[in-house]
Amino acid sequence: MGLEEKIPEGIALTTVDTMVNWARKRSIWPLGFGLACCAIEMMSTFASRFDVARFGMEVMRSSPRQADLIIVSGRVTQKMAPVLRKLYEQMPDPKWVISMGACASCGGVFNNYAIVQGVDRVVPVDIYVPGCPPRPEQLIDGILKLHAKIEKESLRAKPKSAARTQTADDAAKKADA
Amino acid sequence: MMEDKIRTFLTGRFGDKILSEYSHRGQLSFYVQAQAVREVILALKADSELKFDFLTDITAVDHQGQSWEKEGRFEIIYILTSLKNTSRIILRTKLQEDAASIATLSGDWGCANWLEREVWDLMGIKFEGHPDLTKILTVEELEGHPLRKDFGITYEMPQFSHNSSDIEVVPDNPHH
Ligand code: SF4
Repeated sequence: MGLEEKIPEGIALTTVDTMVNWARKRSIWPLGFGLACCAIEMMSTFASRFDVARFGMEVMRSSPRQADLIIVSGRVTQKMAPVLRKLYEQMPDPKWVISMGACASCGGVFNNYAIVQGVDRVVPVDIYVPGCPPRPEQLIDGILKLHAKIEKESLRAKPKSAARTQTADDAAKKADA
Repeated sequence: MMEDKIRTFLTGRFGDKILSEYSHRGQLSFYVQAQAVREVILALKADSELKFDFLTDITAVDHQGQSWEKEGRFEIIYILTSLKNTSRIILRTKLQEDAASIATLSGDWGCANWLEREVWDLMGIKFEGHPDLTKILTVEELEGHPLRKDFGITYEMPQFSHNSSDIEVVPDNPHH
């Protein structure tokens, strides 16, 4: 946004960081994105029995423009991978990714031609939730771990997508040279 | 009885071209000569009494490595339904590996177009005369036909503690 670069470092930034992170972690808006059987557990997590609204994320957005968390819940096919990447890129910063289940994290039992062997080849993952499928409690645990991670973030850090494009640019430059 | 009618119709009309038949849980299957398949199917479709005018599916089996492989590595399966009689019939034909091609039905049923493309994409059976025999399911970069037995099951060698040193981190795989 540019504004955060103008904030002087030190006490002021730390205080602002704490405040902003406190707000961010308590109002994560996940993208409604279910890919396979894991999505059933994700739905259950969001429904009344497990009620993830207790952690400030009761509403799933149907547009990536309004979301800041993508829960990859299930296997990603080779054909879905570009779609997933595009959705990720369409999300505004700051944004986070949870890889839910064995399939999303490493391909699971689907070690074959159709499935991406780990979604971290397509998007940067913040939290991996193991299990096949993980129980809602496990997903909630992953979400709480994400909260802890968000708490440690700083406004000064580069926006994720910008940072990543830069690395890609560097790599391209290196390849050219 | 419907089954008898079908049997008399097929054997009476096509004789030697119907190689054998078997029944599994009341479902009748006929093995047909590969060159005659289209002819037989169209006759079943056109007959006003049997009227097998609904093509449910086209699929294929790879028999590589089986003791009966020499009869033909690939088996193409046509499932036809008669909406008039609410009955179903399965026609099968065997193809040798070096002659893995068969006449298309895409001019006779619109749906055959995509069904045949699927069989081509996953099994590599050529359909002679198909207007657009291209990939339909797999990604563009993928080479080969993944449901063939010799394609290989695993995509990457799984890494365990006992073999981790033998495995390259970047998989030597054309799709990456
Ligand atoms: S990890 Fe298990 S439950 Fe989740 S998508 Fe894969 S197979 Fe389904």
